[in-house]
Amino acid sequence: MSLSAVRRLRLCSLSLGASACIRTATCRPGPGRNAFSTSTPRCVMDMSVFTDAQLTVREAVNQVCSRFPNAYWREHDQNEQDPKEFHAALAKAGWLGIALPEELGGSGLGISEATMMMQTIAESGAGMAGAQAIHANVYATQPLAKFGTTEQLTTTIPNIISGKWRTCFGVTEPNAGLDTLRMSTFAKKQEDGSYRISGQKIWITCAQVASKMILLARTTPLEDVQKPSNGLSMFCIDIDRSAAGLELRKIKKMGGRAVDANEVFFDNYAVPANALVGQEGSGFKIILHGMNAERCLLAGEALGLGYAALNRATQYAQERVVFQRPIGQNQAIAHPLADAYMRLEGAKLATYHAADLYDKSKFDDTITQDAVGVACNSAKYMAAEAAFTACERAVLTHGGMGYAVDYDVERYFRECLVPRIAPVSREMILNYISEKVLHLPRSY
Amino acid sequence: MRPSAVRLLNILVPVKRAVDYAVKIRVNPQQTGVDLNVKHSMNPFDEIAVEEAVRLRERLKDAVKSIKVVTIGPPKASETLRTALAMGADSAIHVEIPESAPAPEPLGVAQALRAIIQREKEGAGVDLVIMGKQAIDDDAGQTGQMLAGLLGWGQATFASKVEVDAAAKTAVVMREIDGGSEEIRCRLPLVVTTDLRLNEPRYASLPNIMKAKKKPVEKLTAAELGVDFTPRLETLKVTEPPTRVGGGKVESVDELVAKLKEAGFSAV
Repeated sequence: MSLSAVRRLRLCSLSLGASACIRTATCRPGPGRNAFSTSTPRCVMDMSVFTDAQLTVREAVNQVCSRFPNAYWREHDQNEQDPKEFHAALAKAGWLGIALPEELGGSGLGISEATMMMQTIAESGAGMAGAQAIHANVYATQPLAKFGTTEQLTTTIPNIISGKWRTCFGVTEPNAGLDTLRMSTFAKKQEDGSYRISGQKIWITCAQVASKMILLARTTPLEDVQKPSNGLSMFCIDIDRSAAGLELRKIKKMGGRAVDANEVFFDNYAVPANALVGQEGSGFKIILHGMNAERCLLAGEALGLGYAALNRATQYAQERVVFQRPIGQNQAIAHPLADAYMRLEGAKLATYHAADLYDKSKFDDTITQDAVGVACNSAKYMAAEAAFTACERAVLTHGGMGYAVDYDVERYFRECLVPRIAPVSREMILNYISEKVLHLPRSY
Repeated sequence: MRPSAVRLLNILVPVKRAVDYAVKIRVNPQQTGVDLNVKHSMNPFDEIAVEEAVRLRERLKDAVKSIKVVTIGPPKASETLRTALAMGADSAIHVEIPESAPAPEPLGVAQALRAIIQREKEGAGVDLVIMGKQAIDDDAGQTGQMLAGLLGWGQATFASKVEVDAAAKTAVVMREIDGGSEEIRCRLPLVVTTDLRLNEPRYASLPNIMKAKKKPVEKLTAAELGVDFTPRLETLKVTEPPTRVGGGKVESVDELVAKLKEAGFSAV
């Protein structure tokens, strides 16, 4: 087979996988492996800032993602179907252990590389749904890996890396959202040392499919502690959906419908003593460990979604002809996309700077946790806003077609609201920067 | 333990860094070649060759003693070696040529590979070379045959199935030929060139990518191998093929047949 035949093969595989005139960079028919390695030929992102390690991650993750084209995500979104094959494929290739220590079967890379992994996933067309099916396994395991006992680590982490167990992250409550310290879910210690959990969590992603939950709960009532941040404890509990005292209720939502989000009700739910991670009462400090990492990952996911939308919009603007010329020739189409590109590029620099700072702060004492917090929160804010701009303009560039499910950009648009809202709202980040960086009086 | 009667197999897999198959190639403005400032990756046929070597080890276990990959190329070709190491090769040789140097021609490559194989004789030697039947950049499709000729070894080209008996030092290879396939039995040492249907290469897993970073890569130069990569051919000009112009439309089959007859075609 000649060179041209090889290229033709690739071209026809592209057109088979997508409906008429929709071709994306990574869209390929699943589930079989194409004979050759993959690439994203049409990506407008500048790659010059990335390290070799990040580029390697991007290339290799892209290979796995290329088996899950936009059609896969469109269908799973419409049917509200868990992307379990996608989770299994990434687990099989070892990606869930990217930022976990090598002695536990992970690969010991940093958040800089994990952020690139999440960006690549979102950018492949998987969007926030694909990212959310994966990311708790990456960041919620960080505090566990750091503070868990040898027994907890050796029984849990390898099963999460291999994909046998999935994990979810249980912090948010209906009456204590951003005000985490007011949470009321209570773990009451029994005489035999075990705990009984009562209370309610909300927006718990993947609880329907997870075997484990990293849970934050009060072990000392708020009234009895000197500081509200005391008296919270972190647990790594089994999610036994058949056991008494545990009920899950799915929440219908705007985007990312392939992954479930839930209300979780505990009513005297029994967990053994060895589910406690770290010291009782120091759970808040422990869980904070994962939060800056989570902000970086979310920023990466937002960037991925933004670039995916921009790539699609650019392609459409080149191909769609109205009045005998491509619509991209009109500045009213081109300029908003050029503007969206610059916003994404700026946010990209902020994101990978924050991730780099996070990783370096582990070895460099001159980097304060406040500095890391400012960088990570700023990056999340900027990336989410840039993604929103790119996704909205991608829909508008497509005109009426942007409203059609088959063109994917409406799905990106619905999903790009997630990083604006979670894991912390835009307004709370603005509050944080006003107070911590500008030293203005606290408003709340 | 009694020493094993199985004779051990050492496999060499030459790989080439080429313009990625998914890139839409363009002729450069000077018309001296194509624009190379694009994404590169391992030549797809070489990926199949690496995969086959790794699968041979999975089938024959310890009978495959070593899998070594070799590339001839600019500094960036080391990425291609890392990919091969992540897929399962044990060690690598990089014959480095300057970034600006012209691409070596098949004969030069075959001579360099021969020199490497002769060099390996001081150690365990090479029993089997598995390589792509051609690279998708120049589509020469000559190197494997030239290498077998230079070494005086057997060759099994366009392989779609490879079975090796390490103890007997023989191989049975299914070849893709015009109109079907041909099965041949060969003695080792042997050069096998891979066709598209031989296998589907695997993805490198993250742990294997990490392990690949620690695997040894030896650097060599053309001078150290005593070969000369100076091209024997001169490229005069490279141009894009003429753009295709659309044909006419006909209303009916009869009209089509009439037009074909008019153009001189007739039913046989």
